[in-house]
Amino acid sequence: MSEAPALVVEDLRTWFFTRLGVAKAVDGVSFTVRRGQVLALVGESGCGKTVTGFSIMRLVDPPGRIVDGHILFQGDDLVRVPEGRMRQFRGARIAMIFQDPMMTLNPVLNIETQMVEAVLAHATASRSEARRRACEALSMVGIPRPAERLRAYPHQFSGGMRQRVAIAIALLHRPDLIIADEPTTALDVTIQSQILFEAQRLCRELGTGLIWITHDLSVVAGLADEICVMYAGRIVERGGVDEVLDRPHHPYTRGLLGSVPSRNVRGQPLIQIPGMTPSLLSLPGGCAFRLRCPRADGVCLESPELTVGVNGHAIRCFHPHAGEAGT
Amino acid sequence: MRVSGEIAIAPAVVAAEGESPFRRLVADFCESRLAVVGLVLFAAVAAVAILAPLVSPQNPYDLRQLNLLEGKQPPGSPSMAGFRFWLGSDDQGRDILSGIFYGLRISLGVGILSALIAFGIGILAGLTAAYFGGLLDSLIMRVVDIQLSFPAILIALILLAVLGQGVDKIIVALVTVQWAYYARTVRSSALVERHKEYVEAAHCLALSRGRILFRHLLPNCLPPVIVVVTVQVAHAIALEATLSFLGIGLPITSPSLGLLIANGFRYLLSGTYWISFFPGIALLIAIVAINLVGDQLRDVLNPRLQK
Amino acid sequence: MSAAVGPPLVELRQVSKQFVKPLDVAAKLANLLGAGLREEVVRAVDRVSLAVAPGEVVGLVGESGCGKSTLGRIVAHLLPPTSGMALHRGRDIASLTGTEARAAALAVQMIFQDPFASLNPRMRVRDIVGEAPLAHGLVSGQEVDAYVDDLLLRVGMDPSYRRRYPHQFSGGQRQRIGIARALAVKPEFLVCDEPISALDVSIQAQVLNLFLRLRQDLGLTYLFISHDLGVVRHIADYVAVMYLGRIVEQAPTEEVFARPNHPYTQALLAAVPSLEQRRRRFMAIQGEIPSPLNPPMGCTFHPRCPHAMQRCGTEPPPLKPIGPGHQSACHLDDG
Repeated sequence: MSEAPALVVEDLRTWFFTRLGVAKAVDGVSFTVRRGQVLALVGESGCGKTVTGFSIMRLVDPPGRIVDGHILFQGDDLVRVPEGRMRQFRGARIAMIFQDPMMTLNPVLNIETQMVEAVLAHATASRSEARRRACEALSMVGIPRPAERLRAYPHQFSGGMRQRVAIAIALLHRPDLIIADEPTTALDVTIQSQILFEAQRLCRELGTGLIWITHDLSVVAGLADEICVMYAGRIVERGGVDEVLDRPHHPYTRGLLGSVPSRNVRGQPLIQIPGMTPSLLSLPGGCAFRLRCPRADGVCLESPELTVGVNGHAIRCFHPHAGEAGT
Repeated sequence: MRVSGEIAIAPAVVAAEGESPFRRLVADFCESRLAVVGLVLFAAVAAVAILAPLVSPQNPYDLRQLNLLEGKQPPGSPSMAGFRFWLGSDDQGRDILSGIFYGLRISLGVGILSALIAFGIGILAGLTAAYFGGLLDSLIMRVVDIQLSFPAILIALILLAVLGQGVDKIIVALVTVQWAYYARTVRSSALVERHKEYVEAAHCLALSRGRILFRHLLPNCLPPVIVVVTVQVAHAIALEATLSFLGIGLPITSPSLGLLIANGFRYLLSGTYWISFFPGIALLIAIVAINLVGDQLRDVLNPRLQK
Repeated sequence: MSAAVGPPLVELRQVSKQFVKPLDVAAKLANLLGAGLREEVVRAVDRVSLAVAPGEVVGLVGESGCGKSTLGRIVAHLLPPTSGMALHRGRDIASLTGTEARAAALAVQMIFQDPFASLNPRMRVRDIVGEAPLAHGLVSGQEVDAYVDDLLLRVGMDPSYRRRYPHQFSGGQRQRIGIARALAVKPEFLVCDEPISALDVSIQAQVLNLFLRLRQDLGLTYLFISHDLGVVRHIADYVAVMYLGRIVEQAPTEEVFARPNHPYTQALLAAVPSLEQRRRRFMAIQGEIPSPLNPPMGCTFHPRCPHAMQRCGTEPPPLKPIGPGHQSACHLDDG
């Protein structure tokens, strides 16, 4: 597996121009995804992680628009390529998996029709060749008796199976990058385990870069190589998974990790972050987290920059913690 | 698949202080200029209808004001009583403009009244069917199905043949024809709402059935029904005009637009077109205005966009 | 059944709940012609016995189709059991009438999963919370505003919000309003059906802390239903694990997590990702969760069980004690 970057995102800004004001859903996000590695985008609702994923795929509709930044992929800047070229990338070189597999699957067509169509959209092949590739993709994601299952309709599958089919469709053209937006959030724990197993295996075997968008830190712990923690449209902490989870510097990351029940004494009140995520239309000036932060003071009225430390651990805070979690 | 602003910023946007669902509805409604135009037009039509005696140059049903010699005057010609026949006069010397104003009164009045009564009966039937289910539901819905499988005109014709002519009888006929649409719409809405958790919560709190039906279920089933009301008002007006045109609707003494159109029908191609034409245009304007409002209401009340 | 002392506040004895989709006219006709169609029967809950003592928190865990939500609704008197008895303070709910029935209904309240659907979108907060106590005469018309304010404060909300509508609040706030609504009728028992699953992580901690505080302040008893084992471990005294309508294991919390007996419990615990395990090799448990329309014969878990024996496919294992307060339904425990 080469360590070459599959995708480089530089200072991406996607803003939504609504009648109530401008919502800066993504406001200066930068990260790099390497081939064969898993990068996790972690955060709660409204933090901009989903919009980042959609921006990379250039699927943001008005009133939203990418206003600035670069998305460097195989020599092109995805922010600036014409739509025709982007369509060539989508599905073939970059694929996306959604939280609800029914966003990928058409309920009135059987699986074979949909997968063959997906194959033929980006490759010239005969129908039987396309069918063979579809079969192969289904067995890659662990679906038994794929030839039979091709003729089934989405409603005949369970939730976990549908998600596997969605992953299979994403893999049809061996993309260099897959963006997975909360694909296991709606699934049961045992089924989630199966999907994570498959995702991990495929990443390693095919060398695909994977961006995993989630709010679940425990999933991230087991799966990811690198983590970006997002808050109010910005990355507040970024680094290797062990670095960030064992030595979180940003108060928000600490708060998130601290509030997980397994890190608290049974039966006692959990450590909690006070307050709520602010509305994107009325962000507090300066650091967006300062109204909820136990360490905030006058300095935080300025907006902190993302400073990168020695081992690549990046922080956006004027008062970062130093050292181990819990100190 | 595309993401729109709603998904990204929905959890972070908080509406203004105390903004009721109604005010939000009005704000959303006014986003379409066409719909606002429709609303203004309808308001104008309604105003004219209500104020007919005050704004009409002539009372076309007061025989003392009519003069046969002024019959079939073209639009714009002066009348002997001092005003102008802005839209011409019919074969009896009646001012078409005044006839339209009075006719709108009848048409709108009958249309709206019958729609409202049908609305009341329909939502009662629909709510009952959805809430109680079982045999009652099947019974009510089969009646609805049978009703809806006959053409509206046919039912109205039969009813009027039995009941005879008159404004009240027309209203009965229109109500009979319409209530089934409301019942069906409310029932499907109520079936969905009935299983929502806030209704379960109301059961958990041991609230009485009546309260659950009218305080919880009904207000949340109304949005799609409001749309049906607007469409049905237009439909009722058109239906009444048709019946009057065919001569079995309202009697000559309370003529509606349909009757006016019927009066001038035989002259349509022989030069005095205005007797039928202008009442027809008036009918068109009224119905189009209502439909424009109904279209925008349907979009705005779409539950998918409601959250 | 549970480890706590005293008579149970709420008890279920061999409760089953079936949902039957009856044959319609066409199918009945087809049967007359010899088609042999049967009605679709879903055994959502199958002979469950459970007891909750006053002041206790019982956690109910399981995955989709296990019947925990249905069981919760039976406990909350929203669904009648098809067979078996549901008891409140030792009395069969089905036999209660009039004021007693109403008192029992108000004593058990439910907190729902979806904060968006569980509040009437056309009512103000003041009415949502104040409607029931007013209707049942718990407060008078003059007192209700102060009463509502008090409740909102108790759940951590600003009382000035009482004129607002649900759509103006976030998920966490709506859930607090739902809790205030339930508390307004002075219940003793709360059935919490996945109350925090739909919320953001940082808000989950806040609402969970609220549950802990209310339990302490008001002496409440909970049936806490969740698929999130970490949360259940934190709040529950006693845990019951469900699979396809049956309880397969129940024990005090620490016991279940330290010494899980049933293969399903073991698989469930192994599948839960934890913060400490980095770049782990996820283990895949075989197979899909079967549909409740067509549960396997014998032990419902045997098609996915790594230790399944001949016996497991024919004989459903009974729930047997295997330790103090610890029960499990598995043939492997027989010698």
